[in-house]
Amino acid sequence: MHAFANPTRFLSIAKPLTPWLAYGGIVLIAIGVVAGLFFTPPDYLQGESVRILYVHVPAAWLGMGGWTGLAIASLMQIVWRHPLAGVSARAIAVPGALFTAICLATGSIWGRPTWGTWWQWDGRLTSMLILLFLYFGYIALANASEERTSVSRATAIFGLIGAVNIPIINRSVVWWNSLHQGPSITLKGSTIDMSILWPLGFTVLGFSLLFGAIVLMRMRAILAEARVEARMRRLAEA
Amino acid sequence: MNHWPFIIASYVLTLGGTGGVLLRAWLAMRAAETKSDELRRKR
Repeated sequence: MHAFANPTRFLSIAKPLTPWLAYGGIVLIAIGVVAGLFFTPPDYLQGESVRILYVHVPAAWLGMGGWTGLAIASLMQIVWRHPLAGVSARAIAVPGALFTAICLATGSIWGRPTWGTWWQWDGRLTSMLILLFLYFGYIALANASEERTSVSRATAIFGLIGAVNIPIINRSVVWWNSLHQGPSITLKGSTIDMSILWPLGFTVLGFSLLFGAIVLMRMRAILAEARVEARMRRLAEA
Repeated sequence: MNHWPFIIASYVLTLGGTGGVLLRAWLAMRAAETKSDELRRKR
């Protein structure tokens, strides 16, 4: 990772990569959404509402994956003082919060016709709501940092400690009784029939690519703003 | 119960939210990089 410690080297890779991630993500999402809405059968138990799966699952994956990335970046900042670690963590926070909020909202919308309620204070929903509050806390702390191109040590420690919530979210449906279904996709396979499952691969990969594009765009904006600030400072001192 | 209003609401929320954040990130990046390039040219 230290090969990318130089922002110039990082930008030489990020600039051509950003449109590929963005356009690739949009195409895959379009295929997954059209297939999920029009070409898959309704579920024998949940009926048509199962189609919410194709946006809810990618949002859950990116909300949790986002914080995992943020925690790894925080660790790299604290241990190795990687110059881009703070930039990447700062860039991940907003899209991570967005997808966590989308996961909660689409889950709530899915719950109404399936469970008969919008909300239930069970392990999965509550731990996911805590993740959203952790994102809000991280964004507030990062914005309070004096360093524009990084985050304070306290913010990085907060990012690292918050990662404790990720395995809790993952195992919540196993540890506690819940209205939420148990894990249906594991390393051993899936309990979802392939006729319903296949568009999910497109939307998960598509939203992941788009998430990557958003993070790269935000990192490029932070680095460009830092260059402008540094130049303005030098001009003022001259 | 008709499920389609729930499905449509979920997709509008997801696609709208993602599109909005993508657009905002792209505009911020474009503005920052344009300003940085202009300053470099003036130097």
